[in-house]
Amino acid sequence: MYSEKVLEHFMNPRNVGEIEDANGVAQVGNPKCGDIMKMYLKIENGIIVDAKFKTFGCGAAVATSSMATEMVKGKTIEEALQITNKAVAEALDGLPPNKLHCSVLAEEAIKAAIEDYLSKQKQQTQN
Amino acid sequence: MQERIIYFDHAATTPLKKEVLDEMMPYLTEQYGNPSTIYKLGREAKKAIELARERVAKALNAEVQEIFFTSGGTESDNWALKGVAFANKDKGKHIITTTIEHHAVLHPLKYLEGLGFEVTYVPVEPNGIVDPQKVKEAIREDTILISVMLANNEIGTIQPVKEIAKIAKERRIIVHTDAVQAVGQIPVDVKDLGVDLLSLSAHKFYGPKGVGALYIKKGTKIHPFSHGGAQERNRRAGTENVAGIVGLGKAIELATANLTEYASRLQKLRDKLIDGVLSKIDYVRLNGDRYNRLPSNANFSFEFIEGESLLLMLDMKGIAASSGSACTSGSLDPSHVLLAIGLEHEVAHGSLRITLGEDNTEEDIDYLLEVLPEIVSRLREMSPLYEKVKKGGR
Repeated sequence: MYSEKVLEHFMNPRNVGEIEDANGVAQVGNPKCGDIMKMYLKIENGIIVDAKFKTFGCGAAVATSSMATEMVKGKTIEEALQITNKAVAEALDGLPPNKLHCSVLAEEAIKAAIEDYLSKQKQQTQN
Repeated sequence: MQERIIYFDHAATTPLKKEVLDEMMPYLTEQYGNPSTIYKLGREAKKAIELARERVAKALNAEVQEIFFTSGGTESDNWALKGVAFANKDKGKHIITTTIEHHAVLHPLKYLEGLGFEVTYVPVEPNGIVDPQKVKEAIREDTILISVMLANNEIGTIQPVKEIAKIAKERRIIVHTDAVQAVGQIPVDVKDLGVDLLSLSAHKFYGPKGVGALYIKKGTKIHPFSHGGAQERNRRAGTENVAGIVGLGKAIELATANLTEYASRLQKLRDKLIDGVLSKIDYVRLNGDRYNRLPSNANFSFEFIEGESLLLMLDMKGIAASSGSACTSGSLDPSHVLLAIGLEHEVAHGSLRITLGEDNTEEDIDYLLEVLPEIVSRLREMSPLYEKVKKGGR
């Protein structure tokens, strides 16, 4: 059902936890549906220097969170916004069809955390 | 060296017993005759089927001619429900069941609803047991059938089928029970229960997969399951699964022979497991009645985590179990049974079903109690829902 890579990321997830001084934070998903991803980004000069996550969900949800945080690290905001759910799934050597929604959640989490960062930046400039 | 697996999913299936396989083997090899033929090879096969029928009848306290072989529990349920509905539709089109039945009952009933039948789904109490009084209140003038499972496959609760059958008999309503999880776990006596139809499946009590039986009380008005040859007294056409039927017969004989001893041993292990989990882990609940449940079943919900992740981590530790999680089925909704007993969606997602069997030992329970708290704790540390709790909110 799951690729070796999905299982490896599930058993040894990278970047689990919180970033104290994160400047982009977002939570997507719904506990009712069984999946919540919370993503923390530390962005400096338009570059994502650190990313962490907390996830309530299945094996695929944890693995996609882990892979998504790995993929955004070191990227510019623009580059990170280009990451699609398909790219996350491919990086994990694929996901079963009924688990593709987990990769969609990962893409949404990245976008929402960047959006949070951008809105905070906007507020700061306005102040 | 083969990796050790601790198997805790006996409600899903049980391993085939060596003695059962030994009885089946000749009918897969040299005794290959079609039981409908008249020569010796065929007669031998027929004789083997009839011996199995006697064994099933004896185990259920039924008459031999009341036992019909099927391809398993799902077929037995489908036959019972559709067969009774079609044969009695001139009397009425109303059927009563509960909200916690297996899909093998709920889905055929949905199908019947599409054909104009009406179904009342009686809710269960928070302990996972249906109140017979509520079943009584659901009865209408046009009720033709009541189908209530004997034991639930997820939470193991034992239903008051005998009381329900008594109520139904006063109104001459046909009663079916899905006893797939109950046979081989608790005593099942069709006369004592007072049911008209009862479904069972061989692989739930150390028999082969793909074979089951339907008890049909003499005189019950029911349509045949399939039309074709004259097999199963013209009610279920198709060449019989001889080896499977032989296996079912042997398995039910073995399963009912030492039932009290078997159940008492499992019950001790189950109670140790329940006490251990409830004392070692916080934010956990036992689903289903504490005592009125199958001796083999324990079903827990761990808050703030998701069941499939729990199963995967248990698997990495060599433990095979089951979950009420929707993730494994592709649906976003968790188990209808857990929702029916009042669990919130997010709590129902974090459920674990442990079902014990013959090979489980006290050491297996100790091992589970050793690894489970670590796994739950590890998943909670990863969970944004638990983060909130740690910070004092919910």
